[in-house]
Amino acid sequence: MKDRLSEIVREIKETFREALSEIGEFRGQTYIIVSQKGILKELIKFLKERGFNHLQTLTAVDYLNFGKKPRFEVIYQLYNINERIALRLRVEVSEEDPSIESITDLFPGANFLEREVFDLFGITFKGHPNLKRILLPDNWKGHPLRKDYPLEPEEKPEDFIKLKEWKKRLEEYGIK
Amino acid sequence: MKKEEPGVLMPEKKSIYKEITYSFEDPFFSPFEIQMGPQHPSTHGVLKLRLILEGEKIVDLEPVVGFLHRGVEKLAENMNYAQVLPLTDRLDYISAMNNNTGYALVVERLLGIEPPPRGKYLRSMVCELARIASHLLWLATHALDIGAMTVFLYCFREREMILNFFEKICGARLTVSYPRIGGVRLDVEESVLEEIYNFIPYMYEKIEEYEGLLSENRIWLDRTKGVGVITGEEALAYGLTGPSLRGSGIPYDVRKHFPYDAYPEVEFEVPVGKNGDTYDRYWVRLQEMRQSLRIVKQCIEKMPEGPVCAELSPDLDMPLYKRAYRAEAFGESTLIAFLNEGAQIVPKGELYSAVEGAKGELGFYLVSDGSGKPYRLHIRAPSFIHISALKKLSQGHFLADLVAIIGTLDIVMGECDR
Repeated sequence: MKDRLSEIVREIKETFREALSEIGEFRGQTYIIVSQKGILKELIKFLKERGFNHLQTLTAVDYLNFGKKPRFEVIYQLYNINERIALRLRVEVSEEDPSIESITDLFPGANFLEREVFDLFGITFKGHPNLKRILLPDNWKGHPLRKDYPLEPEEKPEDFIKLKEWKKRLEEYGIK
Repeated sequence: MKKEEPGVLMPEKKSIYKEITYSFEDPFFSPFEIQMGPQHPSTHGVLKLRLILEGEKIVDLEPVVGFLHRGVEKLAENMNYAQVLPLTDRLDYISAMNNNTGYALVVERLLGIEPPPRGKYLRSMVCELARIASHLLWLATHALDIGAMTVFLYCFREREMILNFFEKICGARLTVSYPRIGGVRLDVEESVLEEIYNFIPYMYEKIEEYEGLLSENRIWLDRTKGVGVITGEEALAYGLTGPSLRGSGIPYDVRKHFPYDAYPEVEFEVPVGKNGDTYDRYWVRLQEMRQSLRIVKQCIEKMPEGPVCAELSPDLDMPLYKRAYRAEAFGESTLIAFLNEGAQIVPKGELYSAVEGAKGELGFYLVSDGSGKPYRLHIRAPSFIHISALKKLSQGHFLADLVAIIGTLDIVMGECDR
């Protein structure tokens, strides 16, 4: 299992040398950071040919608080069911051009996951058949899972302000 | 099961409508758009489907989800690790034990904590009980959708008994929060274990009763055989997991592929179907209930003695004296350390860990920045991905079959919308 994985990682290194920036391991899980997002589709096709037939998950992370330069990373967790090896791809996506190629033609199961990333992070997927908001209503402003999106709304409803005042008054009496 | 080559499909149902082909370019094609849901008894929650029909046949379908969105992932980023656990109860509220275990596992793997053996066995036991309860609810509603009322009442009778066990174990019936980071919250009394042990042969009998009512029932066979067929490769590409994938003949089970808790130490089989239709998925789930009972039995027989929660686990309901003692001994307890901001108290890194939920592979992707709060917690909800395969499964079927297809995927909207 382990040998096969290192073999595949070596093959990837040879084929896509310039596009990769880091290969590492944490808690026994191997990940590859891809700095050039253009090769993503080729890379996924390459892995699919080598038996990675199950897309475990697809998501994104906003590294604003880490101070990383390409702000976003789109994550592809792939698994080979027959040989039991897992591999994670972390593709860097910049804030200026938040877009990446869609892989719905290779894994139709990525359809909703890509829409979710678009909805909550604002990363667009080129070539997606039906890219629109999925969890939030169509007229929603902003993308909530970005780190600069506030947890509480700027304009609060009146009831909420009243509630805070009552809470403050209770605290003055020593009740929490 | 029939003796057929794996991958060979059942012949489709014969109907005069099958021979007519539709296309949007056809001048005689007159599509009829209908909105099914969000308030519809067979959608099992607030799922809305935009259907395009030609007569009674489904030409196109678009699922609309998100009515139950509560922003669990955003909320989790603003809570400490121990506080996130109750949020996971509200994902798949029918088998909350599995969700708790899944979240606890990912944090344990990050922190490098290993639960004590008794904690592991208890966790596996309650997970399997929750799986049985979930499959019972699925069978009940699925049968009710198709028109078998009796099974609905019988299944709820047995599910009630399992929920009573949960009440005796942890005091809650649905939103349990019983598995914790590093083990479980409380030890279980021997008398309760005995009751559960006596429940196992009773449940075996009852499963046979359901099979007697359904498996060879003419109406059931007509409504399920050859409906919603998907081949193994297609099912994998569409991201189906759990019983929905195993119905198509692919033996992928997270309990076998990424063993956790007590699963490597107990014996069980992974039942797989052959044809990938609604009937096979029904058959797989019934067999899975039997395997779950087998696991519960082995767990109780092998149950080791000892503590139920790891010494270093961050627990919210830690008694005050214990907390003070710990603060004295280590300078700071893990809980108090979690509340501190800024300092690095957990390892930095990111990892993906999955459990076999009742619906499918329930995965958690966790990014840690070293502070007491998760930097990002992504939940891979099986229901969410299964709904995207609905179009593939139901194209060319009748509207009445759509009800069976929604039922066979076993979706829960709390998990789908998060």
